[in-house]
Amino acid sequence: MFFSQLGYYSLICGLIFSVILVPIAYKDLSIAKTSISSNIFIFTSLQLIFVFLSFICLVISFINSDFSNEIVYNNSHTTKPLFYKISGTWGNHEGSLLLCLLILVLFIFIFLITSKREPKKYQIFTLLFQEVIIIGFFLFLLITSNPFNHLFPAPKEGLGLNPILQDPLLAIHPPILYLGYIGSSIVLSSSIAAIIQNYVNSQWAKNLKNWVIISWFFLTIGIVLGSIWAYYELGWGGFWFWDPVENISLMPWLCLTALVHSVIVLEKRSMLATWTLILSISSFTLSMCGTFLVRSGILNSVHAFANDPKRGVFILIFLFLLIIISLFIFFVFYKEIKIEQKSFLFSKEISILINNWFMMYFLSVVLIGTVYPIFLEVIANEKISVGPPFYNKLLIPFLIPFLFFMSIGPSMKWIRHNIKLINVRLILLFLLSSFVSYLILIRTNLNTLFTTILLVVSIYLFFITVRDFFIKNQKNFSQKISHFGFSLLILSIVLNGIFSSEVITNIKIGEKYEFSNGSIYFENIKSSKKQNYMSFVGTFRIIENNNKEILLRPELRIFNQPITITSEADIKTNFIGDKFLVMNLVKGNEYYNIRYQTKPFMIWIWLSAILMGSGALTNFFKRR
Amino acid sequence: MYGKKVKLRVLFISLLLISVILSIFLILKSLEENVVYFLSPTEIRNLTEIENKKIRIGGMVKDNSIVIDSENISFVITDFKNEINVNYSGLVPNLFKEGKGVVAEGFLKDKSLLIAEKILAKHDENYMPPEVKEALEKK
Repeated sequence: MFFSQLGYYSLICGLIFSVILVPIAYKDLSIAKTSISSNIFIFTSLQLIFVFLSFICLVISFINSDFSNEIVYNNSHTTKPLFYKISGTWGNHEGSLLLCLLILVLFIFIFLITSKREPKKYQIFTLLFQEVIIIGFFLFLLITSNPFNHLFPAPKEGLGLNPILQDPLLAIHPPILYLGYIGSSIVLSSSIAAIIQNYVNSQWAKNLKNWVIISWFFLTIGIVLGSIWAYYELGWGGFWFWDPVENISLMPWLCLTALVHSVIVLEKRSMLATWTLILSISSFTLSMCGTFLVRSGILNSVHAFANDPKRGVFILIFLFLLIIISLFIFFVFYKEIKIEQKSFLFSKEISILINNWFMMYFLSVVLIGTVYPIFLEVIANEKISVGPPFYNKLLIPFLIPFLFFMSIGPSMKWIRHNIKLINVRLILLFLLSSFVSYLILIRTNLNTLFTTILLVVSIYLFFITVRDFFIKNQKNFSQKISHFGFSLLILSIVLNGIFSSEVITNIKIGEKYEFSNGSIYFENIKSSKKQNYMSFVGTFRIIENNNKEILLRPELRIFNQPITITSEADIKTNFIGDKFLVMNLVKGNEYYNIRYQTKPFMIWIWLSAILMGSGALTNFFKRR
Repeated sequence: MYGKKVKLRVLFISLLLISVILSIFLILKSLEENVVYFLSPTEIRNLTEIENKKIRIGGMVKDNSIVIDSENISFVITDFKNEINVNYSGLVPNLFKEGKGVVAEGFLKDKSLLIAEKILAKHDENYMPPEVKEALEKK
């Protein structure tokens, strides 16, 4: 009760400080001092402190199960474990927006502290534009989704958090993902500032690069966490499903990946300035589009919380305003710096340009595949869906040249690279990878030309990235790690695709099911009562042709509040692969519907994706 | 007539244009082939011919219609006007229950039987696919 009030008023205080900050910052533009005035720092910190206080108040309301607060009532329950009470704070629309706002004000604060060496006006314009976004978020929170709505009389018990969200991974997935999304807002604001100040040059690129890398890192990790969660909790039994919600996070990721590369060209060679700006503006726009699509309920998913059309309209207007302002500034103020730069066909900058072309192609495929069904529904009132075959068909063929370019690109020199047509080592490596893929493929009955080429190219890329570690220069250490992570990721995905197998059947207790190379025996089922759910654990004895016996114990949970059944897959993980078993109850309690999957190299997919993301971070440690 | 630079730029831009046009063409072409249409049982009844294309059918699982054996699950999807039988062997989501909304994806055998390949997972018990909601509201 008290904390809700406190949280509400400190949120309003935060808004007031943000609004005051705008004229202060604007006035500071005309003061001829080299560093920005201390008032700006004070107000930015005040803004941060009050938003933080408001967020803490919301967390405390959740911990205390203060049901006089509407969102606590809607999303919490007294029997919920403490950890999930806390994570419930951002497990709903209002709370997650407050978290976003907190990250926004935190990032602008960090930006001001770390960019003291940059030109003063550039800092102030970045702050001003960031303030526009911050105030937009404040208004969105207070007008359409107030996290401190009061309920009177206070209910005795809450409605509970959706049980599938009660999971340790999902507790940290949203904050990390938001760090990625919101990080790109700084990228947007500083691009706008750089355009106005005519500061689009290699020094700016150095500053921008840090923010691009930070948001790229968090976005990567956030996506991986969400993907791991969907793998074991939703029982999807895979790592990527081309679900619209996944695609929406992939779009800014592709854009940021292109940006990570092009910003280096701007830094080192003062080229691709316009292109870098376009990518900077697009990444945050794509992040916001994603928010709009999931939060307005246009796309249905676990992320669509209470659907309120007012919210959709608000985000839409906000989004349009942002885009229009950005484009206006871009077209009116932007003067391209004309620097004569020579580049030859074989050079690092051209290979990065090729990378960007591929990224843009991947991005447009994902964008069209995600948005087209929405358009068609609005225009023709036809309902369609676009599934994995579409993406597989359009993306995988282009993956082959992409991987090939990726294996030769990074070792090229700037400006001009003399390629030797006959490089014995590279040819040997290529032969070796062909041989390895031959060894792999004869163990399967898959021998389409297509898979063969894909496998050869990914193994080749893998060898090349491994070899790069043994080249003496330690200059691009982070690039080497990230590229190695990526090649390992692709290789694991390809092998996973080739060797996965699954068995789906309906089975009774005590029954045995025989499949082509093994059998599943359903031994028993045991029930027990847990803090906020009933647990039913089945025991399955699985024998495969190598006669090794494994026991898998998938679980069904029946949650009390709200009453929901979830299945917890049992997964036996080792370095070679996962054995995955999930069971469901269909009707009555006679037959259980089970799916048994062998998924090779799953753990490598997760590890390599995390490695790829972390590679970027070594950029920061090196400099210290 | 023109300098080397202009020629290069023209080449670059035309390459870019060609690749853009090509990729858009590719995308639209495979969209056409890979799109899955969503229909209600009533719309199936009104079909004039059955194409060999993947479709989705949404509606409610009819009460007392689920029959399960070791291989198959069969049930009836209804929009309270028309019904269609569904045969399915595969994993069902947790929230697949009689009297609840469902979306099944697969191929039509004839106007009264769908051989399903996938039953879509729902995320919470109150959730109803918008398609189902609309189909139900229309009745």
